[in-house]
Amino acid sequence: MSVSTGADVRMRQGTNRRGLQPRRRGARKPRQVLTPWLFLVAPVVLLVLFTYVPVTNMVWYSFTNWDGLDPVKEPVGWTNYVEIFTRPEIFQVFFVSLYYVLGAFVQLALALYFATILSFSTWFKNFFKGILFFPYLLNGVAIGLVFLYFFRPDGTLDALLSLVGVNEPPQWLGNPDIVNVSLASTSVWRYMGLNFVLFLGAIQSIPEELYEAAELDGAGSWDKFRSIILPGIRQIVGLSVILAISGALSVFEIPYIMTGGANGTETFVIKTVTTAFTFSKVGLASAMAVVLLFIVLAFTWLQRTIFPDDKVDLTS
Amino acid sequence: MKLKHSAGFAAAGVLAMALTACSSGSDSGDDAAESGDGAISGDITVLTNRTDLIDTTFQDYKNTFESEYPDVNVEFEGITDYEGDVSIRLNTQDFGDVLLIPNTVSKDQLPNFFAPLGSVDEVSETYRFVSEQAYEDQAYGVAITGNAQGYVINKKVWEEAGITEAPTTPEEFVDALQAIADSTDATPYYTNYADGWPLSQWQGNRGVMAGPETEQILADTDEPWTEGEEQYAIDSLLYDVVDAGLSEDDPTTTNWEESKTLLGSGEVATMVLGSWAVTQVQDAAEAAGGSPDDIAYWPMPFQVDGSFHSTIGGDYKNAVSKYSENPEAARAWVDWFAQESGYAESQGGLAPTVEGELPSTLSEFESLGVEFVEIDPAPAGEETALSDIYDTAEIDLWGNVYRQKMIDTARGAADGDKASYFDSLNERWSAARAEVG
Repeated sequence: MSVSTGADVRMRQGTNRRGLQPRRRGARKPRQVLTPWLFLVAPVVLLVLFTYVPVTNMVWYSFTNWDGLDPVKEPVGWTNYVEIFTRPEIFQVFFVSLYYVLGAFVQLALALYFATILSFSTWFKNFFKGILFFPYLLNGVAIGLVFLYFFRPDGTLDALLSLVGVNEPPQWLGNPDIVNVSLASTSVWRYMGLNFVLFLGAIQSIPEELYEAAELDGAGSWDKFRSIILPGIRQIVGLSVILAISGALSVFEIPYIMTGGANGTETFVIKTVTTAFTFSKVGLASAMAVVLLFIVLAFTWLQRTIFPDDKVDLTS
Repeated sequence: MKLKHSAGFAAAGVLAMALTACSSGSDSGDDAAESGDGAISGDITVLTNRTDLIDTTFQDYKNTFESEYPDVNVEFEGITDYEGDVSIRLNTQDFGDVLLIPNTVSKDQLPNFFAPLGSVDEVSETYRFVSEQAYEDQAYGVAITGNAQGYVINKKVWEEAGITEAPTTPEEFVDALQAIADSTDATPYYTNYADGWPLSQWQGNRGVMAGPETEQILADTDEPWTEGEEQYAIDSLLYDVVDAGLSEDDPTTTNWEESKTLLGSGEVATMVLGSWAVTQVQDAAEAAGGSPDDIAYWPMPFQVDGSFHSTIGGDYKNAVSKYSENPEAARAWVDWFAQESGYAESQGGLAPTVEGELPSTLSEFESLGVEFVEIDPAPAGEETALSDIYDTAEIDLWGNVYRQKMIDTARGAADGDKASYFDSLNERWSAARAEVG
C-alpha cells in the first residue's frame, strides 16, 4: 500500500517541520487495515443496540401477553395479531389518518408552490424562506400548546374571525366533525417548511442554462415548471410523498398534546400507547406497532414501484 | 406560640416514652443508639418529595424535633423525581432512614425494604390508613396526610342561586346546577376534560354508597353500569350534568391551572375533586381578589340511611428503612411527623391520626354529619382482581379515556346515548370478567 492521502502527507510534513522523528511506515500497516472497521464500530454498535435489539424485543413481546411489569412473559402465539385483525375498533382509528393523508397532499402542493415561486427572483426572498421554514424549527409540544390557545373558544382564531365579521365560529376542537381538520392543518403548518426546503434545494440544483434555453424558446413560467422543474425534482417529490404518507399513518405528537386522542382524534399510535400504558397490554401494543411497521413498509414498497430509482436526465 | 410548643413537647415526650418502652420490649436488639435511660439518639436522614418546603417548613420541623430529642440529628434529602429516583435507590441499602414508600413497591415487597411498625391492629389504634401499606398483618407506613372525597364549590355563586344546603340526592345536585345556570353567569360545572386526570377524581368517590368493600363488590359484578349499582350512580351523575348542558361549552380546550382561577373567581361554580384541591383553589380565589372563605367542600350527593359519606384515603406513607442504623430515632420521627408536625393541617388534609381533628378545609363536613369510609384492602391473593378486569375490558376506571367518551356521548359529539353507552360498558365488563375468570 503506497497510496497516501493528503492528510498523511500533511501530517508527515508537520512532524518533519517540528524536527521530530518521522514515523516508521511498517508500524502503521495493520492499523490502516483496521481503521475503516474501527470507524464503523461506533455506528454499527449504536445501530444494533438502539434499533435492531429493541425491534427484536418488540417483535418478541408481540407474541406474549406481557403486562409491562411481570417478570414472566408468557408466549401466546398469534393471539395478539388475531385480536388486532378481529377487533374493528383497532383498525377504525386509521380513518383518522385519512385526514392527515389529505393534509399531507395539501402540504406537498403548498410546499411545491412556494418553492417554485421562491426559486425565481422575488422580493424579500430570504425573508419568506425564513418565515416558511420557521415552524419546522419549533418544538412539537410548543406548537401543540400554541395551537390549543389558537383554537379555543374566544381564542386567537375566533378573535381574528370576528374582525372579518364571523361572529359565531364553530368549536374548532370541540366539534367532532371539525377537530381532525384543525389538527391536520396544524400538522401541515408545522411540516410544510421541511418539504419546502427539500424542494427548494432540489430546484436550485437544476442548471441555470436550462431555464435560459427555455426562455429563448419562448417558455413561460408554467411551461418551465411543467417541463423542467417537476421532472427535475421527481425523485425528491416521490420521497416526500412516501414520508408524508407514513408520517400520516403514524401521526402522534400533535393530536396527543392537543386532545390526547379524545373526541374522535385517536390515531393508531395513540391507541398503541394507551393500550400499552393505560391498559397494561404491552404484548398487544407491540403487535400493533409491528403491524404499523409492516403497513409503512408496504407503502414504501409501493412508492419504489411507482417511482423507480432511475436517473433523471433533463437534457434528453 | 411558646406555650403551644411546650404543650406539644410534653405530649410528644409522653408519647416518645411510651414508644421506646414499647419498641424496646419488642425489639430483639442491643441497639447502640438506645442508651439505658430510653433516650433516643443518632443521625437520621429523611427523604422527602417536598423540595419546595425543605428549606423553610421542614427546617422548623427539624428544630422542633431536635429540641425534643436533643441527641438526634435530622438531615433532609429532597428528591424532585421522587418516585423514579427512590424506586431505583431501593436496590441499594442506602435510601435514608425515613422515606415515603414509593407507589411502585407492591405490598409483598414491603418487608424487603422497610422495618415493620407493629401489627395492623396495634398501629390502627393510633393511625388511619394503616392497611394501605401493610403486608401479612404487619404495618409498614404511617400516612403524612389524608384526603377526603367530594366536590369543591364556590359558595358565593351557589348562594347567589339560592342554594345554601348541600344537595342530598343526584337529582337535587343537578337541579342546583340548573339553578346556577339560570340565575348566575357562572358555568355550573367544569369537567377538566382536556387534562383528563381530573375525570378520574370521580372514581375516588367509590365506596360512598357501597361501603368499604366496594372494590370487591365491583370485581364481582357483571354489569356495574346498571341502575342501583354504585358505578352507575357515579357515572350517571356526570353524564346527566353534561347532558343537561350544565358543563363548560367546549370541554376539549379546558386547562387545569386555569380552572382553579375560574372556580376561585366564581366563573365556575363546581368541580368534583379530592379535598387536597381545596387549599389550591382557596389560593387561587385569593389571587383573583376573592376570599378563601368563598370556597367550600361538600360531600357527594349520595346519601345512605340519611347521611352523607365521604371516601377517605392516605397520601404517601412515611416508613423506616430496614437498613437504618438508628431505627428508634427514625421511628420517633415518623410518629412525631404524623402527630406533632402539623403537616397534614398545613396542607388542608385529614390528620393521619385516628383522633385528629378535621382540617378547616372540611369544616362543612362536621355540620353535615359526614361519615368517613375507608376502602378495605383486597383480600390476599385477589389484589389484582379488579385491575385485571378493567385492563382486559379497556375501561380505565382510574384514567380518562372512557369518561371522555362518556362526556362526548352526553354532549352529542359521539354516537349513542346513555343507555347504549352504558350497555357497551356492561358488555365489555362482563366479557372481561369471563375472560379473567
